[in-house]
Amino acid sequence: MIKKFLLTAITAITLISAFSPAMLRADDPKPDPNGGNTGVASDVPGFVVSAPAELAGDDLKDTNKVAAYNDAKKAASDYAAQAKLEPLAVKLADNVGHNRVAINFMWTLVTGFLVMFMQAGFALVETGLCRAKNSSHTMAMNFMIYPMGMLGFYLCGFAFMFGGLGAIGTMGGYAGLNHEITLTIAGHPFGILGWKGFLLKGAGYDTAAFCLFLFQMVFMDTTATIPTGAAAERWKFSAFMLYGCAIGTIMYPLFGNWVWGGGWLSQLGTNFGLGHGHLDFAGSSVVHMQGGVIALIFAWLIGPRHGKYDKTGKLVHPILPHNIPMVMLGTFILAFGWFGFNPGSTLAGTDLRIAVIAVNTMIAGSTAALATTLYVWWFKTKKPDPSMMCNGMLAGLVAITAPCAFVSAGGAALIGIIAGIVVVEAVFFFDKIGIDDAVGAISVHGVNGCWGCLSIGLFADGTYGDGFNGVAGNVKGLFYGGGMSQFWAELIGVTTCFVTLSVLSLVVYFAVEKLVGNRVTVEVEIEGLDLPEMGVPGYSGVQMDKDSETPMLKA
Amino acid sequence: MKKIEAIIKPFKLEEVKDALGEIGIEGMTVTEVKGFGRQKGHTEIYRGSEYTVDFLPKIKLEVVLPNERVDAASAAIVKAAKTGKIGDGKIFVTTIDDSIRIRTEEKGDKAL
Repeated sequence: MIKKFLLTAITAITLISAFSPAMLRADDPKPDPNGGNTGVASDVPGFVVSAPAELAGDDLKDTNKVAAYNDAKKAASDYAAQAKLEPLAVKLADNVGHNRVAINFMWTLVTGFLVMFMQAGFALVETGLCRAKNSSHTMAMNFMIYPMGMLGFYLCGFAFMFGGLGAIGTMGGYAGLNHEITLTIAGHPFGILGWKGFLLKGAGYDTAAFCLFLFQMVFMDTTATIPTGAAAERWKFSAFMLYGCAIGTIMYPLFGNWVWGGGWLSQLGTNFGLGHGHLDFAGSSVVHMQGGVIALIFAWLIGPRHGKYDKTGKLVHPILPHNIPMVMLGTFILAFGWFGFNPGSTLAGTDLRIAVIAVNTMIAGSTAALATTLYVWWFKTKKPDPSMMCNGMLAGLVAITAPCAFVSAGGAALIGIIAGIVVVEAVFFFDKIGIDDAVGAISVHGVNGCWGCLSIGLFADGTYGDGFNGVAGNVKGLFYGGGMSQFWAELIGVTTCFVTLSVLSLVVYFAVEKLVGNRVTVEVEIEGLDLPEMGVPGYSGVQMDKDSETPMLKA
Repeated sequence: MKKIEAIIKPFKLEEVKDALGEIGIEGMTVTEVKGFGRQKGHTEIYRGSEYTVDFLPKIKLEVVLPNERVDAASAAIVKAAKTGKIGDGKIFVTTIDDSIRIRTEEKGDKAL
């Protein structure tokens, strides 16, 4: 029944996508699927001077405004006259504009490719931290989330998230994605959901929209693959596949729209004067905290792995990782991919802030890894646990993801150190209260995603962010004299993230529970999921040792 | 005909093999095993939770010999494998009824 439904759905999507009409309205901006007209003279900063908007009503009586209008009008007509005299200069500027936009396209695509490679990192980290008998199952989840998530995002996720984005500034200013479903509450607009660009047709069939799609799709996939680690070694593959349908279509895009697609959290600044609204440069909340909250709810509801806790809920037997070299290799791949994740989020190779962003990313990852290692080594367990080292570096990278563009090197270092200590306490805490997270995903992505966003409100140093979310001036946090307003915007953002994703996760979890059930039987768990669920062991012909087996409960 | 079964520390295998080679013993079978004796295991901590490593890795070495060579071989193993610390291992000697070399079908001591 479910199989038939899914198969029909996928076939229908493919057919609709191939043969449906273009869905472009007459008043839509014209998309440029060929790219030849994207990037013109107006993409060269300060070259084209456009005529100012006409004054009306009370503005006509304001002498200052009238004077400014007259100056601007004169500048525009001077420009027009000059452009007529020098057509070659305009042609040249058109080419410079095209090249600028091309550099931004290149940057966004290549960094997107780097982020796509992070899937390999996630697969290695998660599988390495699990037992050998579940390796082919854990790997397969990390593999299949890519096509599953992609399909959902292509179908409607992208349209929900970015359908109301407006002009894509760094990519030639294409403004076809311009329909945001908006509620007006107390006279303020609240963007709720985008509604354009379904199946990348019509307004979506534009080079800038495609470029954005690629970059954002791999971000969505990062979120999607986080819960597979937390619920690993006991999650039915069919249940996971259904979750895969939900994440790309609606779970991720909803909150994503509120922060990145022009929705209400990004409007907190313009609506209520709360800093620049909820800022999240590269996704501490949009990508990581969303994944972390889903991981928390799923790991909590699905219950701990068999044998780790006794009947009274006391942790009696830690479950050891089967391959630490795999975990470390995966962590390095992720850290490498993060150079796409954070600097790529400028969506512009011509924005030279990318250098600061990349270095901040490097610094926070390193200070966090160091902080975790020393903290565990000296104060916690007397040995520098390599699995915690990896969690530590990832925690720092997650935390710096939101503030990477807004803070100084020193700020990044401090954000990393705090993340490194927070992640240890969080991992130990969740273990203690019986939420069994096989890989530390809740602590790394959830807790530190939250910390990363809050840190903008504290550490933003006022050197970047002019005009972000429609608010003039650079972003300034509490420690740099910016007051608390940015912090409140961040706090509202992370609270919303927690509440929204908790509700969505509960709905999806129980829907899946009803349809196919989330958890494998205890017999399957003891045997290992590889054979019963996947039909092939991860390591054929290799004898497993005792640590690969699920510890049996002691009576 | 006797079989010597020696449980030794893995890093001592080379020395034991050489010592047996010196007294003219030409073959042996080794297996990687795990176990514990008086040494017992020890505790480690993974992500903040203690666990015991009770089965430690060892090497089990098996040699089948004519009766008269058993004492020399046992002495050689003891000499090579001893560190004086707990966990050096044990040697067990059992009687073997017969042996056959598959290639030539020789039997008894000749097959060793």
